[in-house]
Amino acid sequence: MAEKVLMKGNEAIAEAAIRAGCRHYFGYPITPQTELAAYMAKRMPKIGGVFLQAESEVSAINMVYGVAGTGLRVMTSSSSPGVSLKQEGISYIAGADLPALIVNVQRGGPGLGGIQPSQSDYFQATKGGGHGDYHLIVLAPASVQEMADLTATAFDLADKYRMPTMILADGTMGQMMEPVVLPEPYEAKSEKPWAVTGTKCEREHNIINSLYLVPEELEKVNFARFEKYKTIEENEVMYEEYMMDDAEYCIVAFGIAARVSKNAINAARAKGIKVGLIRPITLWPFPKDVINKAADKVKAFISVELSMGQMIEDVKLAQECKKPVYLCNRAGGMIPEPEEIIAKLEELEGGND
Amino acid sequence: MATNNILIAGFGGQGVLFAGKFLAYKGLLEEKEISWLPSYGPEMRGGTANCSVIISDTPVGSPIVSTPDVLMVMNLPSLDKYEAAAAKGAKVFVDSTLITRKLVRDDVDAYYIPATQMAKDLGIPTLANMIMVGKVIKEAGVVSFDNMVDSLKKVVSAKRAELLELNLKAIEAGYNYIG
Amino acid sequence: MAVVFEKTKALTDAPLHYCPGCTHGIIHRLVAEAIDELGVLGKTIGVAPVGCSVMAYNYFACDMVEAAHGRAPAVATGLKRALPENVIFTYQGDGDLASIGMAETVHAATRNENITVIFVNNAIYGMTGGQMAPTSLPGQVTQTSPYGRDVKTVGFPIRVSEMLSALDGPEYIERVAVNNVKNVKAAKKAIKKAFENQINGKGFSLIEVVSSCPTNWGMTPKKALEWIDTNMIPYYPLGVYKDRSAVKEEK
Repeated sequence: MAEKVLMKGNEAIAEAAIRAGCRHYFGYPITPQTELAAYMAKRMPKIGGVFLQAESEVSAINMVYGVAGTGLRVMTSSSSPGVSLKQEGISYIAGADLPALIVNVQRGGPGLGGIQPSQSDYFQATKGGGHGDYHLIVLAPASVQEMADLTATAFDLADKYRMPTMILADGTMGQMMEPVVLPEPYEAKSEKPWAVTGTKCEREHNIINSLYLVPEELEKVNFARFEKYKTIEENEVMYEEYMMDDAEYCIVAFGIAARVSKNAINAARAKGIKVGLIRPITLWPFPKDVINKAADKVKAFISVELSMGQMIEDVKLAQECKKPVYLCNRAGGMIPEPEEIIAKLEELEGGND
Repeated sequence: MATNNILIAGFGGQGVLFAGKFLAYKGLLEEKEISWLPSYGPEMRGGTANCSVIISDTPVGSPIVSTPDVLMVMNLPSLDKYEAAAAKGAKVFVDSTLITRKLVRDDVDAYYIPATQMAKDLGIPTLANMIMVGKVIKEAGVVSFDNMVDSLKKVVSAKRAELLELNLKAIEAGYNYIG
Repeated sequence: MAVVFEKTKALTDAPLHYCPGCTHGIIHRLVAEAIDELGVLGKTIGVAPVGCSVMAYNYFACDMVEAAHGRAPAVATGLKRALPENVIFTYQGDGDLASIGMAETVHAATRNENITVIFVNNAIYGMTGGQMAPTSLPGQVTQTSPYGRDVKTVGFPIRVSEMLSALDGPEYIERVAVNNVKNVKAAKKAIKKAFENQINGKGFSLIEVVSSCPTNWGMTPKKALEWIDTNMIPYYPLGVYKDRSAVKEEK
């Protein structure tokens, strides 16, 4: 078996990206994702890759757009305020149907906010973020191992569906070290006849573009893209269930919030409260079906989030408000304690008696 | 089935994060489940730093240690901040060179180690952190006291191999300290 | 019979959408001729801007990428870093390059990014209907400076070639015009050199082309070409502003 190494989440993403064949990285410094850029700066020149510190996040994402047009694997990473700046480029990448990976190691907001962990970019990540009708495939790792594994998945999905993917992590996931078995290096093989590589005067010129001045054409492109999104919703949903078999309450949480929730669940079960967890691994596509099914057997849902309550809307929609959904949250860089979740559960339990 | 929730705190530059990393690696080499989570912020030196280390026989849930059962503090602000947070029956390790007060709580086990002074006397003034670690290993048994070099090699840069011996010396001094 | 005129291979058959009398057509042609003559059509990738030349991707026969407003040098950087053996150029107007995209321009230049930038300066935002540009002249009447550009409140025009030539990074900066045959010939030479520099690995070359916008200047095409001589060139003198290789040779 491959060796377990201790790595920070940020570094695990970087190394996994390299092993997935990514040789182009563009970024701009921002806490708490710095280790990712630093790792790339160290490694890329030694393996014939490109690390470039751009003049801004805006430039970085447009450099990504340039490389993505050539069909090569490319990524950028940032944290919340920087990801806001990248939204223009992300919209163009989505509009031009290009594969690319964007990593957001979230911190508290809005505005300059803080530098402590947060999940308050959920809406931005899952509902589009930039202008226009589009989605990213959004992956939410909850361990350093997943930071590595989902990076490869993100690149593969980006190529498979010709669209940008995002890893939505947070400060704790980026900064913490855990043992990780790094995925084996592999060579991604996918035909990209659409890429700009020079015509060699042997074919028609390829154009990477998102401009359609004829509304009928633009509508057609949008409808076709949403057909693709439908396929993704049918085939690419990922989630983890924890102690859901006999659960009367269902916590929905992702990333660090799911980790804290597991502690709370273990402690609550010791007190006789039957509670389980559904942890979305893909935030888009959101695991609607499993939540909808759970609604038929649990009394209530609790959405545990490091935000003022964003994913909670999707939890309500997923099960068409069949069961109540309560929020247990901290914001601004604070992380809920397991005790806060248990208190919420006890409150519900009391209300039901 | 044991889970050790360790919190290490002090000034930036005291090697607080390094001490945590060493324990984490030691746990990893003993095939335990582990996590290491640092505080991070704008202060690179002189500010307060801490890290949560969990060494466990079962998969680690939250990596955040808010109720430590092993607390190692290397400055007064850290003791002031975390003493109340320690679990009942926790083992609390205090660098008594830098922290002159005693613990207020009597429901925890306190260990006072003049680590900074010892480090100075041993000619390894930057390794008070590892003297503390030695004592933590002795009293809390979070990891075993063997094959230290293997995990030291994981955290000490290969270019600074001379530091391996010095770190070992510090850990042993702490381990053997009786006070 | 001797062939005296041929269509360039580097342009497609798509009819240009530019206004009558607009000089974009000439500049497209000059770029295309340079690509043809250097025999690099098959490995050239162009980056189109946002502005009047937004649809340049339909006109150049090489592979093309449409960039967001102002970001062409960053997109070109990505392309060049991914495909260093290919020839990458951007084609940008004054709003795109000197206003919203100034950071991208300056930093691509200072990195001496090995790309070719064609910068069309006609002192106005054409596509959106004639607003004040970063290069609009003092006193110039536009839709958003209806009383003339007042330098006291909106500042002075930016002389891009002079500014960039103050950097250590770029290889070659020249300002040309396309308002008469002599100037067009000089412009062709400069544009070709900017591509040659890239092929020879010399680095960032930018050609500022002083151009006209009869529609938004509110002039006949002929009058607009004259206005280049009387108003534009006095503010934007033509010439080579930086040529690092030439300086080295002199030494």
